[in-house]
Amino acid sequence: MHGRVKVKSTAQQEEEKRKEREKKLKAFVSARDAVLRKRSAGEHDEEALQLTQQLLSSNPDFATLWNYRREVLLQLETSREKDEVQKLYESELHFIEACLKVNPKSYGCWHHRSWVNTRLPQPDWTRELGLCDRCLSLDERNFHCWDYRRVVVKESGVSVEQELQFTDRLIGSNFSNYSSWHYRSTLLPQLHPQPAPDSIHSHRVCEEQLLKEYELAHNAFFTDPNDQSAWFYYRWLLGRGVCVCSLCLSQAQSEGLMLVLDGQPQQVEWRSTHPRLRHSPVWLCDLPPGSVSDISNEHNLTVHWTEKYTHRDCALYTGCAESWCRDSATDQELFRSELSVEKSSVLQAELQSCNQLLELEPQNKWCLLTIILLMRALDPLGHEKETLAHFQTLKEVDPMRSSYYSDLCSKFLIENTILKMEYAEVRVFSLSNKNLTTLCHLDQLLLVTHINLSSNQLLRLPPQFAMLQCLEVLEADDNAIESLEGLYHLPKLEEVSLRNNRILFAIQSKCFIRNPFSAFRASAWFDLVSRSQYSSLINSYRLCRIMEGQQI
Amino acid sequence: MFLLYFKTWRIPVLKICCVHFGYCVFKCVYFSVRHDIACHVTVCSFKMAAEDLPSQFDVVILGTGLTESVIAAACSRVGQSVLHLDRRNYYAGNWASFTFNGLLSWIEEYKNQQKVQITESEQVWRSLIDEGEDVVPLSSVDSSISNLEVFCYASEEEEKEEETKAPLTSCQPVNAETVSEETTGDSTEAQDTVTEPSQSQEEKDSQPISSPADPPVEVEKKITYQKLVKEGRRFNIDLVSKLMYSRGALVDLLIKSNVSRYAEFKNIGHILTCRNGKVEQVPCSRADVFASKQLTVVEKRMLMKFLTFCLDFEQHPEEYQDYTEKPFREFLKNKKLTENLQDFVLHSIAMVTQQTLTEEGLKATQHFLRCLGRYGNTPFLFPLYGLGEIPQCFCRMCAVFGGIYCLRHSVQCLVVDKASNKVKAVIDTRGQKISCSHFVVEDSYIRDEQRQSTAYRQISRAVLITDRSVLPSESDQQISLVTIPPLESSAPAVRMVELCSSSMTCMPGTYLVHLTCSSSGTAQEDLAPVVSELFHVSTIPGEEPSEGAEERSKPAVLWVMYFNMRDTSALDSSSYSLPSNVHVCTGPDGSLGSDCSIKLAESVFHHILPDEEFCPPAPNPEDIIYDGDGPQAEGPGFDESVNTEAEEEGAAHEKNPSTEPAEMDSVADTTPSSEE
Repeated sequence: MHGRVKVKSTAQQEEEKRKEREKKLKAFVSARDAVLRKRSAGEHDEEALQLTQQLLSSNPDFATLWNYRREVLLQLETSREKDEVQKLYESELHFIEACLKVNPKSYGCWHHRSWVNTRLPQPDWTRELGLCDRCLSLDERNFHCWDYRRVVVKESGVSVEQELQFTDRLIGSNFSNYSSWHYRSTLLPQLHPQPAPDSIHSHRVCEEQLLKEYELAHNAFFTDPNDQSAWFYYRWLLGRGVCVCSLCLSQAQSEGLMLVLDGQPQQVEWRSTHPRLRHSPVWLCDLPPGSVSDISNEHNLTVHWTEKYTHRDCALYTGCAESWCRDSATDQELFRSELSVEKSSVLQAELQSCNQLLELEPQNKWCLLTIILLMRALDPLGHEKETLAHFQTLKEVDPMRSSYYSDLCSKFLIENTILKMEYAEVRVFSLSNKNLTTLCHLDQLLLVTHINLSSNQLLRLPPQFAMLQCLEVLEADDNAIESLEGLYHLPKLEEVSLRNNRILFAIQSKCFIRNPFSAFRASAWFDLVSRSQYSSLINSYRLCRIMEGQQI
Repeated sequence: MFLLYFKTWRIPVLKICCVHFGYCVFKCVYFSVRHDIACHVTVCSFKMAAEDLPSQFDVVILGTGLTESVIAAACSRVGQSVLHLDRRNYYAGNWASFTFNGLLSWIEEYKNQQKVQITESEQVWRSLIDEGEDVVPLSSVDSSISNLEVFCYASEEEEKEEETKAPLTSCQPVNAETVSEETTGDSTEAQDTVTEPSQSQEEKDSQPISSPADPPVEVEKKITYQKLVKEGRRFNIDLVSKLMYSRGALVDLLIKSNVSRYAEFKNIGHILTCRNGKVEQVPCSRADVFASKQLTVVEKRMLMKFLTFCLDFEQHPEEYQDYTEKPFREFLKNKKLTENLQDFVLHSIAMVTQQTLTEEGLKATQHFLRCLGRYGNTPFLFPLYGLGEIPQCFCRMCAVFGGIYCLRHSVQCLVVDKASNKVKAVIDTRGQKISCSHFVVEDSYIRDEQRQSTAYRQISRAVLITDRSVLPSESDQQISLVTIPPLESSAPAVRMVELCSSSMTCMPGTYLVHLTCSSSGTAQEDLAPVVSELFHVSTIPGEEPSEGAEERSKPAVLWVMYFNMRDTSALDSSSYSLPSNVHVCTGPDGSLGSDCSIKLAESVFHHILPDEEFCPPAPNPEDIIYDGDGPQAEGPGFDESVNTEAEEEGAAHEKNPSTEPAEMDSVADTTPSSEE
């Protein structure tokens, strides 16, 4: 039509762009070759800087070039005055800034920047801090920048208060940001440490500040209950006692255990209950032949754990077949692991807040899960019914993670049953028809003689099952058990019922047929359990039981 | 006359030059300068040829308001020849922005118009009418503004060099003195002294500003009336107060058509409301709700839940279907929102009335929410230098594609072909007959004889210059939108927009406040109660600031203007008895956005050109192929001179960026472009 502006067709534009790209590529390749030649010739001059600058500004992820640049800069540094060096490196910082605009997540750039700052005679940390803030305002989750910022903060001595305000600001503008919440969790214990002189507790935060933090987390998860970052922070606030136990478990090897019988150290060989268990809370040994030969004698057994300077004593009285010494799981609040540290009044208040949210958002999985954890921390047995109901809802609203919830539920049920069993002081453990999907805390069941696991959804008896050394009767009908690995060398097992399961290998059955000519006359089981928290490292290992088994 | 237009065109260019976005923008500006030369050349060459306009156009458009300007740009863009006229000596009609002095002149003009009865001479054009043609005369008087009142509370004293500084601890309201502007009227030469608003903008841009770096801490200093006049060029006072919804029709159009490059924008920083006489923040975004100190956690949840639901309320019809016939307010109650939250949603987020039905309320809420996050945490943008920039930007695009512009130039009457009942030509104020196939006209040019009804709705407006923000906060350079729920349930809600000096609409140390509501009485009757509730208005001349701490905390009013503007937005083609190829554009409506005007422009455009695309993106100047038919070839003689002139201008500003206030760099950070 007349009067219209004529515009180049898209094909024409495409062609032009393609040519442009080709031209660029050619230039890049030839420049790269030139630089690499210079490097291999060992030339460290201004020209090298210029060439690498050209290349890096179009592709800042070329690590070799950054290395070459460092070589050149170090060379040039030697021949210059201090002022000139300052200038040299300052211009380098400007250049890196330009490169960061090309790729704000370039490893090479950020690393080079830290390096340049270490070489600068007078580094300008305020400027660097400003750069980080600008960068984070563009992308608040750029972890390169977070890393670099930590270095800058450390070097420039920014006060912890200021940093806390910085996280306030970032969380205020967008609270779906793990980085800032996490940074906050590292700052708070520094700024508001718990007044207690106990050095082990130095990572805790004082009560007053904690209440403020709870409020902040409430605000976040009431505003958006589906945002997980605030929930994680909340769990950190509540359960910040979780610590070192995993390390201790791995140390619970047989080294360092010493058995003393009637005041005489004994040379014994410790073994775990199952050959596949290298680390275990349960260790066995055979007493040297003849050491407890006379059953009319009274024997005193002591187990020392030399590494931790701890020991447990046990006496086997005349006429008794067995004897043990154990620390109670209930006394130690063994299973209140995750949220155990906070005072129960605070936990109660937090449970109320979460219930309030649940009323508004009955389908929210984060809220449900937090409530379950809080209930367990407060009173695991009293809240059992509610907990189970919440688990049911969880599985419905979050079917993707239903197996996780089932396992967690199984764990809690087993814990509850152990507690009940201890209160009742019985050695019968019954968990039939509870929809168990996994077995855990088997070390706690060392003394159990009868176990009923029928009508659950168990898939296997894990190797840890071998810790049930006193087990006489096992019922596990109507499960989906495929593997019987755990039925290994259970010396007292007499009855096994595994009807209606999916056992794959008949071969394994040899494990659980009791050998009446079993060689050992006396065995001792030591149950070394990593005690819950940091509360008492000294008492954290216990000697569960020493037993004298009289075999026929 | 045409030289004047030259200047107008260059203003947006200069403005962009002054702000440094980096090399890219400069390059772009350079091209648009070059590009504009094409249009200048067209205008100039025609001027050289004859004093008369060409006698034939596809579309003649009368009025330069937003709707007309968009139609002009759209028609011109697809190759129609467009003549765009306005009887006023400034662009944008009732959408215009004025400097303070420009506004004073505008007020003068209004007062004179009330007195003078214009007798119309019909004889001149009678001779031009042929057999078989009929005549529809147009109105030469604009009666869309009424009840204009002006009060000044700033001290009239001469500014002394050594002022006694008020103690630092108290912010003293100005030594007030009521001055009635009416007494200064009666000037017969008002027509000649009217300041061309664009011209004074030009001056502002090119003259070094006396104290650009002055910190706005000057509150302690009295701002006198003389100072307001002296610094009047710093003001850009809108007649219509609107904001741009960041996903509204206007922003979409600006992006789509590439017109956005002619303007700059600023975020609205605060969304506020007034409850029980206290100004407070409205939590509307996720971050706001999280940070809010006024809401309980349960309220936060309820509000977020409701807002999330509104975002895709169509997906859950079961939630609201029982309420479709009931007011939105009842629906909010049913949703168990507290009184607090109901007020927030109704007045500040949906911005609807008590009577609005549920579905409309939900739609309004949804629109608001969808606008969040596109350009920051609030849903609105404001064009720097005032809303009057926007129609001018579209006029500019129209001119770039060959449209011809004449201000102070109107149409006396339409020539209608009796047989087809269509307009075939217009007769302009110089008595020239210009034929056209379509005629687009602003409502205020239509005589009452052509109307079915002369009962209109009205908008009440107040414009205030104040000395402080209604919500003191850490950053004093924020634009705030304040919704004030009606004091009585029957009264309309009042909308207030407070502009800071970095929006380039007022001088540093002052705030420009616009109040808008639909009228129930005169503007003063409607709005004065709100003004006295939120601001300190001194009643006695020379009154000392009262002792009450409450009064001191309120910002003081320095100057205020009330007026009513006719709201014709409810009218459509059935409201007029006009030929079918006459398209009437209604004036600005009372709502916050401009969607209504843009939609009207689009529908008029499709009426005129059913098969054409509405404002397709303007091509990149690099991609335009200039050949023998191109506009460049028409005036080679002019090409050079204009070119150098434009480049010199650009260069001058490159060298001297300090003519702009220093804060520009940091605040003018939002330019709508395609999705970020």
